[in-house]
Amino acid sequence: MNAPLDHAAMRGAPRVDSRFAVPGIRCAGCIGKIERELARIDGVETVRVNLSARRVDVGHSPAVGEDALVAALDALGFEAQPAVTAPPAQDEQEARMLMRALAVAGFGMMNVMLLSVSVWSGAEGATRDLFHLLSALIALPVIAYAGRPFFASAAWALRAGRTNMDVPISIGVLLATGLSLYETFAGGEQAYFDGATMLLFFLLAGRALDAAMRGRTRAEIGALLSRMGRSAGIVQPDGSVVRVAAAAIEPGMLMLVAAGEALAADGVIEEGRSATDNAMLTGESAPEPVAPGATVHAGTINLAQPIRVRVTAAAEDTAIAAIARLMDEAGQSRSRYVRIADRASRLYAPAVHTLAALSFAGWMIAGAGLHHSLVIAIAVLIITCPCAMGLAVPAAQVVATGALMKRGLLVKDGAALERLAEVDTVIFDKTGTLTLGEPRPDLSALTRADMGVALALAQVSRHPLSRGLARAIGEAGIAPEPVDGAQERAGEGVSATWRGLPVALRRDDGHGAGMGAVLCIGERVVPVPFADALRPDAAKTIAMLDRMGLASRILSGDRTDAVAPVARRLGLFGQGSVTPQDKLAQLERLEKQGHRPLMVGDGLNDGPALAAAHASMAPGSASDVSQQAADAVFVGSGLMPVALGVRVARATMRVVRQNFAFAVIYNLLAVPLAVTGLVTPLVAAVAMSVSSLAVVGNSLRLSGAAR
Amino acid sequence: MSGLAFLIPIALGLGLAGLGAFFWSMRDGQYDDLDGAAHRILIEDEE
Repeated sequence: MNAPLDHAAMRGAPRVDSRFAVPGIRCAGCIGKIERELARIDGVETVRVNLSARRVDVGHSPAVGEDALVAALDALGFEAQPAVTAPPAQDEQEARMLMRALAVAGFGMMNVMLLSVSVWSGAEGATRDLFHLLSALIALPVIAYAGRPFFASAAWALRAGRTNMDVPISIGVLLATGLSLYETFAGGEQAYFDGATMLLFFLLAGRALDAAMRGRTRAEIGALLSRMGRSAGIVQPDGSVVRVAAAAIEPGMLMLVAAGEALAADGVIEEGRSATDNAMLTGESAPEPVAPGATVHAGTINLAQPIRVRVTAAAEDTAIAAIARLMDEAGQSRSRYVRIADRASRLYAPAVHTLAALSFAGWMIAGAGLHHSLVIAIAVLIITCPCAMGLAVPAAQVVATGALMKRGLLVKDGAALERLAEVDTVIFDKTGTLTLGEPRPDLSALTRADMGVALALAQVSRHPLSRGLARAIGEAGIAPEPVDGAQERAGEGVSATWRGLPVALRRDDGHGAGMGAVLCIGERVVPVPFADALRPDAAKTIAMLDRMGLASRILSGDRTDAVAPVARRLGLFGQGSVTPQDKLAQLERLEKQGHRPLMVGDGLNDGPALAAAHASMAPGSASDVSQQAADAVFVGSGLMPVALGVRVARATMRVVRQNFAFAVIYNLLAVPLAVTGLVTPLVAAVAMSVSSLAVVGNSLRLSGAAR
Repeated sequence: MSGLAFLIPIALGLGLAGLGAFFWSMRDGQYDDLDGAAHRILIEDEE
C-alpha cells in the first residue's frame, strides 16, 4: 500500500498516464482511500497520490477513460479535475538545478574547509602545498558547477549593458580562484578556495530557498485550477457529437452543451431552455433563465437542461478572451516593479567595485607591489560579497510565506509579498469575496421531516439552489426521506410523491429580487429563503484592516441594490453595477492620487483589476483567470487571511530591512580590516558564516508572525 | 604523515558517497511529496 508497484512494466501492456488535480486531499486517510479504491477498478495499474501537490497520478490501460476515473474519485467524495500531463514546469527544473548546485557547493565547502583548518592550525612547507593543491582539485570542478547560475546571470546582465548582484559575486569568485591557483603553484601562504566555495554555498542557499517558495505555492494553486470550458461537443452534420478543443471551434458550428458543463465559445441558443450561471463573467450569483434566441457567453455554466448553441464567436473573439487581453495590458504596469534586493544591489554593486578598485590603486601607489595589492583587492571583494545580502530577502520571505500558508494564504512569490506590504487601500468585490459566493438556505421554517423530503428532492437536481439546500441539510445530519418518481422539469423544479402526498421543490416567485425556493407538501407550502451569506469573519477582518490604517471599499459588478445591504452591514462605501473597465479606471485614479490599492476579487470580471492593482488576492473558489492574475490566493471560508497577509507582509519587510541594516553594519566593520590588508582567509570565513547565520536567525522570528 | 594518504581519500570518498546518495534520492523522487511521506506512515495496511 505504501509504495504501489509498477505492475505495468512487469506486464508490458500499453498504458496511459493521467494526472488529476484533487484539492480535497488532506490526510493519510484520503491517500489510503484513493490508492486502495482506484486500484480496484479494472484496467487501473498504478495509483500514486501526491499530497504536497494535491494530485493523483494514475497509470491505466487506454480502455479506462479520464471521465470514468473522475467519476470514481467523485464517488469516493473527492472533486477531481483532469490536469495537463505537461513536462515539469520551468520553475521546477530551476529549483532542482539550484538544489543540485547547492549540494555540490556544500560538499566542496566542507572538504576544502577540512584542509584549510589544517593549514590555519600550522601546516607548513610541503604539507601546506599539498593541501592547497588538493583544495584546488576539489574547488575547481565545484566552482565550475555550482557557480553556473551566477556566471550565467552576470554574463546576461553585462551583455545587456547592466550590472546586478551576480556581477560582483562572479568577479569575486573568479578572481579569488585565479589568485588562489597562482598561490598554490607559487607555494604561497594563503589560498582563498574555502572563501570562494563558502560564498557560493551561502548564496545558493538563498536562491534555492527563493525557488522552493515559488514552487510550493505554485503547486498549491495549480491544484485549485480547473479546466472548465476547454472543449465542447460539436454536433456533426450526420447528428453524431464529436468533442472539439476550444481553440478549434469555429463560428457557425452547433455545440451541444450538457447540464453542468461550461460553454467553450460564445453563441446563440437554438434549442432547449435552461438556466446559466454567469458568476465567472459578471459576478452575479443568481442563475439566469435562458431560452432559444438568447445570447450565451463562453465561461458561463449551463445548469439545468442540455442546450444546442450556434457558435457566433470562438477562441480569440469571445467575450472572455477580450477580458483576458484587457488583463494582459493591465498587468504590464506591475512588471515594472523593482524588487527590493535589486534596488539594494543597484546601490551596492558599484560601491563594492569602486572600493575594491580604490584599495588596489591605493596599495599600488603606496608601493606594495602588484601581488600584494591584488590580494588585498580580492579580500575586499570577498568580504563585501553580499552573503548576508543574498540571504537577507529570501530567508525572511520563505519563513513568512510558510507561516501564511499554514493560515490559508498562498502567496505566489517574494515580489508579491513586497508589494503587499506597501498597500494602503483595499478594494473588495462582493459576491464570492466578501460573501461565500454560494447561496445558503434558511432552514428555520422546516421540521425534521420537511428537511428529509427537501433533501430527497434537492438531490435530484443540479440547480445551485438545490445543491446548496442538499449540502446544508446534509451538514445538519438529516437523512433523505424515501420519495417515489422524483422528476425535474426545467424552470419549474422537482416533484415527487411521499407517503401518497404530492411533494415539490419549486422556485419562489413571491419576492422578485431575492432568491428563494418553496417546499410544497400536499397543500402545505413552506418558503425556504436563500441568501448569499457574508464570510463569518468579514466584519472582524475589515476592523483589523482599519486598525492597520487601510481604508476599505466595495466595487462590485452586482446590482446596486444587492451591494447596498452588504456595504451597510460592514460600514463601507459600496458601489454596484461596475464594469471591468470602470474598475480598471477607478484603480488608475487611485494610483494617480498616490495610493497603493490592494484588489480582492474572484470573478473573471475582476481579472483586469486584479492584474492592474498594486497587489491582489483571490479566494480559492475564484475563476482560474482570477487566481492566475492574483498575487495571493486564500482558501477556506474566512476572510481573515487578507488582513493577516498584509500584516505579515509588513512584518517581513521590517525583518528584511533589519537584515540589510545588519549586513551594512557588518560591512562597515569588516571593510576597514580588508582595506588595510588584515583579512586572512580565516577571518573571511568566520565573518561570512557569522553574518549569514545572524540573518537567517533573525528571519526565523517570522515563523510566529501569522499567529 | 603517511596517515594522511589514507585519511584524505577516505574523507573525500565519504563526502562523494553522500553527494551521490543525495543526487540519487532526488532523481528517484524522494523529495517530490514531503507532506505525503509524513502522512503515509499513518496508513494502516489491510493486506
